Amino acid sequence: MFTIVNREEMAGGTVILNEIEAPRIAAKARPGQFLILKAGENGERIPLTMAETDPEKGTVTVIYMVVGKSTELFRRLKVGDAYQDVIGPLGQPTHIEPGKNVVCVGGGTGVAVLHPIARGMKQAGCDVTSIIGSRNKDLLILEDKMRLASTDLHVCTDDGSYGRKGFVTEVLKEKLEAGGVDQVVAIGPVPMMKFVSLMTKEYGVPTMVSLNPIMIDGTGMCGGCRVTVGGETKFGCVDGPEFDGHQVDFDELILRLRAYTEQERCSHELCKCEGRH
Amino acid sequence: MAAEKTPRQAMPEQPPLVRARNFEEVPLGYTAEQAVAEAGRCLQCKNPACVQGCPVNVDIPGFIKHIAAGDFDKAIGKIWERNSLPAVCGRVCPQEIQCEGNCLLGRKGEAVAIGNLERFAADWERKHHVCELPSRDAATGKRVAVVGSGPSSLTVASDLVLKGHEVSLFEAFHKPGGVLVYGIPEFRLPKDIVGAEVSCLQAQGVKLECDVVVGRTVTVDELFEQGFDAVYLGVGAGLPKFMRIPGENLVGVLSANEYLTRANLMKAYLFPEVDTPIPRGKRVAVLGGGNVAMDSARTAMRLGADKVSLVYRRSREEMPARKAEIHHAEEEGLDFQLLCNPVRYLGDDKGRLTGIECIRMELGEPDASGRRRPVEVPGSEFVLECDLAIVAIGSGANPLLTRSTPDLPLNKWGYVTANTDTGKTGKKGVWAGGDIVTGAATVILAMGAGRKAADSIHEYLTWGW
Repeated sequence: MFTIVNREEMAGGTVILNEIEAPRIAAKARPGQFLILKAGENGERIPLTMAETDPEKGTVTVIYMVVGKSTELFRRLKVGDAYQDVIGPLGQPTHIEPGKNVVCVGGGTGVAVLHPIARGMKQAGCDVTSIIGSRNKDLLILEDKMRLASTDLHVCTDDGSYGRKGFVTEVLKEKLEAGGVDQVVAIGPVPMMKFVSLMTKEYGVPTMVSLNPIMIDGTGMCGGCRVTVGGETKFGCVDGPEFDGHQVDFDELILRLRAYTEQERCSHELCKCEGRH
Repeated sequence: MAAEKTPRQAMPEQPPLVRARNFEEVPLGYTAEQAVAEAGRCLQCKNPACVQGCPVNVDIPGFIKHIAAGDFDKAIGKIWERNSLPAVCGRVCPQEIQCEGNCLLGRKGEAVAIGNLERFAADWERKHHVCELPSRDAATGKRVAVVGSGPSSLTVASDLVLKGHEVSLFEAFHKPGGVLVYGIPEFRLPKDIVGAEVSCLQAQGVKLECDVVVGRTVTVDELFEQGFDAVYLGVGAGLPKFMRIPGENLVGVLSANEYLTRANLMKAYLFPEVDTPIPRGKRVAVLGGGNVAMDSARTAMRLGADKVSLVYRRSREEMPARKAEIHHAEEEGLDFQLLCNPVRYLGDDKGRLTGIECIRMELGEPDASGRRRPVEVPGSEFVLECDLAIVAIGSGANPLLTRSTPDLPLNKWGYVTANTDTGKTGKKGVWAGGDIVTGAATVILAMGAGRKAADSIHEYLTWGW
């Protein structure tokens, strides 16, 4: 069992932070790697990229948006409750090159995954400009932490309720126009990563994205997480989760992520009904 | 002689059209009367060929003699001397090419139903719990890490714990059993049986740790640093093969590994009662001709498919599946598209599978495997409509553990190189067996490899490398 030692609600309760006791994983985990979590006996195995690890405390932290039944069940866990299963660290860690000019772009809960990478890059002597965005002010997360992890932080909201009105790509374009950018890291909703990658490709700036395809085991056994990268099939779980954004077939990924939309909706509805009793 | 006159006792089974829509076990098991009658057919050969056909050399005439005498508790005790998973083996071993294939009675008539009798003895014990677990030797103070918890690992764990060593099993999934749990369906091997066999090992003192991915959570070298004296790698093959034809990433194309793991390990056939979904195809194509293909096809029927077609590029004679499985699948209404090879998958604008373009094949000259090589019949392309395709064309070596153990010698396909008699690898203190050495094979062969490795590990822990 993996006990929750700290829990926070963000973005008006739609985004949850869980700090979980998992000493063996915490000792090994590096930025960019992910976990698979399962709440109870009949639960689904859900992959989530780690937002934080504390090897001394022996804890790992995930931050997730409540989008379906499984994350709804996660949301109901309180401090002192436990996940039945936490497996990791899985996937390849982020490759950080010191001394680069990097622009980190984060959208939605992707900011949670972006944060340790931005921080790691800044610690490695990179000049880190971060651009984070959300639909509105209430949904924005980790602004303060991102400010500390960055040399320069820009905030955008789609509706203009906070920071600059508009998409993260608009600020990114200005940075690319100004030149001198060695690398872009983009983590967020798939369409955001797709448009960032299309833009940076025009400017010839290498771009790393972190993907979260549907998977079961996370060890390369099921092949459910197939993504096409540079015309080749890769497994998100073992070859990723980070890939060259210029090579990823995002349109295919978007379709594959919809594989169980109907069942997920049905399952979530049933769960919401149970929750009311 | 009476032995000649009694016919082989038929296994009672659920009727095909009933069972094709449920997940309960297909064969129901012998009654005590049937078991005694069947056991009475055994000739009790002085030099039993059946035992030679068994990869773990169970004393087959020995246990059958006890059944014939009605001493069922003695029968299971006899099996346990050589086999710690009899309820599993009685159900999933390919007896027709092993013990039963060697049975003298089979030369003129029908072999003794050894598998059915083994299953009977194991099930009888599980129901009555009268036998004592085999006794454990005095503690040696030596520690063995067994990586994976499939059939070969369970055998190693069982053998070594009885010899007095301290054994820890590390499983990457959240439940133990490996392929017995994620691969083989409930209707062929009820998961409670695997659970009971694993509990039996735990009762004997084996320590089980799930959710540990060796290679990620901990490496092999770290296991040694933590004080383990020997490491056994029984991680299975675990890398799904795909056809590598256009359209393979359409929604609705799944590896058999994924499909069966959803159905078996995650029990997705109970969705939405459980949380993991599984695609419920109306028209399903299963690619391949082995046991995994049969399991996938029969699972698809039970999940409500209108039609399930098995697409196999050779003919029925070359199908590697167990005869009983092919027979069962056929009874349940499986459509065989033999001598037929997929060329590309077809999909709609939502990226979902709508069919497979296939081409007819004919058999040419024998190839390296000795089987006649299928060659395409030009112009014979046709479209097999389907909304779900399950790729069951085999597995390769999963590199996750081996890449994290750079000094472990591998062959050119990425499998671990191990001595066939001892399971010793090229890395000191490390043994390997089962599918990660041989490539995908059977439960009992993996157990046989585990037995040899356990003997060798015991020798090492007693005398040195």
